[in-house]
Amino acid sequence: MPHLDAAYNLARWLARDEHDAQDIVQEAFLRAFKFFDGFHGENSRSWLLSIVRNATFTWLQKNRKSEILTVFDEETHRLDEESADTRDSIQQADHLLVRQAMENLPAEFREVMILRELEGLSYKEIAEIIGTPVGTVMSRLARGRKQLLGALAASLKQEGTL
Amino acid sequence: MNCAEFSSLKHAHADGELDLIRSLEVEEHLSACPGCSGERDNVQIAKTVIKTPGMYFQAPHHLKARIRGELGLEGARTNRAPWWRLTGLRLAIPAACALVAVALVLLGLTWNSREKQLVREVVASHVRSMMVDHKTDVASSDQHTVKPWFIGKLDFAPPVVDLAGRGYPLAGGRLDYVQNRPVAALVYQRRKHFINLFVWPAPYDAAFSERIAEVDGFNLVRWTRAGMEFWAVSDLNKSELGEFARLVVGNDPVEADGNQENKGGNTNPGTGLK
Repeated sequence: MPHLDAAYNLARWLARDEHDAQDIVQEAFLRAFKFFDGFHGENSRSWLLSIVRNATFTWLQKNRKSEILTVFDEETHRLDEESADTRDSIQQADHLLVRQAMENLPAEFREVMILRELEGLSYKEIAEIIGTPVGTVMSRLARGRKQLLGALAASLKQEGTL
Repeated sequence: MNCAEFSSLKHAHADGELDLIRSLEVEEHLSACPGCSGERDNVQIAKTVIKTPGMYFQAPHHLKARIRGELGLEGARTNRAPWWRLTGLRLAIPAACALVAVALVLLGLTWNSREKQLVREVVASHVRSMMVDHKTDVASSDQHTVKPWFIGKLDFAPPVVDLAGRGYPLAGGRLDYVQNRPVAALVYQRRKHFINLFVWPAPYDAAFSERIAEVDGFNLVRWTRAGMEFWAVSDLNKSELGEFARLVVGNDPVEADGNQENKGGNTNPGTGLK
């Protein structure tokens, strides 16, 4: 079954729950199967990922309405001490901590970051999947990365590592 | 490039989304600006912390079975196979699409092999000109001597620019033969290194675009501009050859007409994204 891992990884990151992600992927694959006649592109992974992504947002809208509008206070999550030491500590942070920080980011930032780093997609491919201009992909990546670093620095500080 | 420009391009740079000219500009700025280097490191860390195996969620094994089962049921009801296993008539339309795609790929391959052969020819010409020490037919550092020399020898007028002030003095010009046609070879010098800049009319009307490659230890930069195809070959290092390309573009007469400011020479005043 092609692209199942990519589909599941994306849904899992967006839904932040393994069982929900499985339901979403299953539904998305059934939908992909149903609408295959509508597929005339050449990149079946992008096509499938856009279906998964839309299915996830539809699902979130229906089941966890409050979540989509996560308000994130960018000012309090700023990486203000950009020293080499801070960078080292962040780089060595435990992956569970990184995972938690990622999960706290707004979904629209999370999805571009996952598609970029874990699927290795280009800005253009990501733009096609999420249906925005390329510039939006870049600005979301920029804001998402900044917030991720800020959140990591904040939790390391709380832990006393920083 | 200043810090504000760097800041607007740093993510595209880290993601490898910038064209060659812009990346070189970014690199140049970074080498001189510790503040922005720190910014670059921040972006890099934000990328690497995500890009670890622990962050990728593999689909659980039973999910595959579950979807297979669901699709199997659907298949029994509607007599349809999964979308990636369609057979028979249902395949006709996708098959036609696939055929078109294959044709396009083949076209691409032909294009690619044309380019590969060009690369070989251009490198061979460069090597030959060094071997027999026949670098130039007209030896002159004066662009106004070299350019007119080609008149009557070629069916086009190659742009010849003077880059002596930037450390790439012109050594002369020569007629060469590439792709079954006579072409202009302009010879520039950088310290002890020679650069052959091959110029001929582009076979298609392409906007400025460039590629950099390395073949047998030689570096190549290729671009098209104002209807001409340019290939720079040298044993010079990649970044200086890139700078050379940038200077040629920035000094080309088309650019010089109205907009001297635009040293980057990118016809697209936008972001420099590929």
